[in-house]
Amino acid sequence: MAYSEKVIDHYNNPRNVGSFQKDAGDVGTGVVGAPECGDVMKLQIKVENDTIVDAKFKTFGCGSAIASSSLATEWLKGKSLEDAQKIKNTDIVHELNLPPVKIHCSVLAEDAIKAALGDYQKKAGEKKVKPAAATTSS
Amino acid sequence: MKLPIYLDSHSTTPCDPRVVETMLPYFTEKFGNAASRNHSFGWEAEEGVEVARKQIAHLIHADPKEIIFTSGATESDNLALQGVVEMYREKGNHIITSSTEHRAVIDTAKYLEKKGVKVTFLPVDKTGMVSPDDVRNAITDKTILISIMMANNEIGTINPVAAIGKVAKEKSVLFHCDATQGVGKIPVNVQEMGIDLMSFTAHKIYGPKGVGALYVRRKAPRVRLEAMMYGGGHERGMRSGTLAVPLIVGFGKACELCEQEMATESIRMAKMRDRLQEGIMKGMDEVYLNGHPTERLPHNLNISFAYVEGEALLMGVKEIALSSGSACTSATLEPSYVLRALGVGSDLAHSSIRFGLGRFNTDEEVEYTIDRMIKAVNHLREMSPLYEMAKEGVDLKSVQWAAH
Ligand SMILES: Cc1ncc(COP(=O)(O)O)c(C=O)c1O
Ligand code: FES
Repeated sequence: MAYSEKVIDHYNNPRNVGSFQKDAGDVGTGVVGAPECGDVMKLQIKVENDTIVDAKFKTFGCGSAIASSSLATEWLKGKSLEDAQKIKNTDIVHELNLPPVKIHCSVLAEDAIKAALGDYQKKAGEKKVKPAAATTSS
Repeated sequence: MKLPIYLDSHSTTPCDPRVVETMLPYFTEKFGNAASRNHSFGWEAEEGVEVARKQIAHLIHADPKEIIFTSGATESDNLALQGVVEMYREKGNHIITSSTEHRAVIDTAKYLEKKGVKVTFLPVDKTGMVSPDDVRNAITDKTILISIMMANNEIGTINPVAAIGKVAKEKSVLFHCDATQGVGKIPVNVQEMGIDLMSFTAHKIYGPKGVGALYVRRKAPRVRLEAMMYGGGHERGMRSGTLAVPLIVGFGKACELCEQEMATESIRMAKMRDRLQEGIMKGMDEVYLNGHPTERLPHNLNISFAYVEGEALLMGVKEIALSSGSACTSATLEPSYVLRALGVGSDLAHSSIRFGLGRFNTDEEVEYTIDRMIKAVNHLREMSPLYEMAKEGVDLKSVQWAAH
């Protein structure tokens, strides 16, 4: 199949490849997909004051999946957590000109964003909840 | 060296210029209908066809009268399976085939299954081979046909055809062999191999697309077939339709060239293939050979590059024409059923690449390919979460993946 210029560019020069420390309190990690399905995406965000200051990804999948996650990291950087929630897979499809058979690759990227945000919020919530929980139990 | 490089010879091959040259007069001056008995145009065309029939028959050790021309191996497979089932209906309704056959056999068998025929799909071992004992054990008194391929189009594994032919003879069951990938590449002898029907095609052996043959044994036993196409009664009534004379002439020439050059060509192919394999295996870790280590077509190499996805890898080596068993490259979004039948995990099936060398490839192209594969795999592994986890010592099989 023929790839769009943008997909090829992300493939050749992927943005923000890498990993953050998974357990760090300011990091949210989303891992979606499965090796058996031929696609696994890991997307991570680093958050300061409810703003995403940095993002990284690693993806096992086709060129469109790589491009989708690479683009997602670009878009996430600088966004508030609230705005990050609004990124839709259709935005990715549009930006990268993905053909219908590759739409699921963009869905995976949206899922990865949601999972990373969820992970961060869970951690942040625990930080707040934990001391409270400790007081009630004592 | 010219780019792009063609390394997809299991899919198709270019016409050899000597084949094209032989065909050309049959488009213009010698354009007659081989069935026209009353003028020189017909005679010329018929002569061209008969020469080709001899060249083709000679390559497989058959009698020229046993060659039935078709449009390709897909049609030959259909004619063999459907034609035998229809003709031998009284005798039985059971056929035996294998799970790694080409779709032309599998889908025909599934169609017959819907029409009430019992089909046994034999498993293969982890190298992709069918066991002759499994074939023997599957035979019942209702079995009318065994259809097992000679060599697989993805992994290149060569089946023990002669041993299967022997079982078929012992049990007096007809044996059809889809030899599309074997003919012209390895020695094929329908007598020694005990083959009763055999499918093959011109475009895999440097001949034109759109022409193939079905070998149909005439003696011991005399195989009969119900036709799928009715009309002028061409090809002993088994396949009506005006013969595609230029294509047939090209097919004949292609077979003649294969016969003359096979001995040296297969050695050259195997040498290039072995170099490709060695270069790739030495250049990176965690690459796995799919198929049989030795009983394999000389020009075939099928490798899984762990932790990278096949289509992404193809994208990284765009200037090299290859194919992958990855789901992402297939319309069905399922990874290769052939690799799955071997017991290759889905993850490694997604990571597989098939290399198919051919007559016109060079050592320089092989070296270039090795270099490009190593670079592309490294590029992708750097961004592979699986590679990262594996390097951290995580057992990927134990991870709870969030399926989507
Ligand atoms: C084993 C096998 N059988 C059948 C076919 C179909 O051949 P054709 O393209 O001539 O119909 C192929 C080619 O893809 C093949 O590899
Ligand atoms: S990851 Fe399989 S098609 Fe994109």
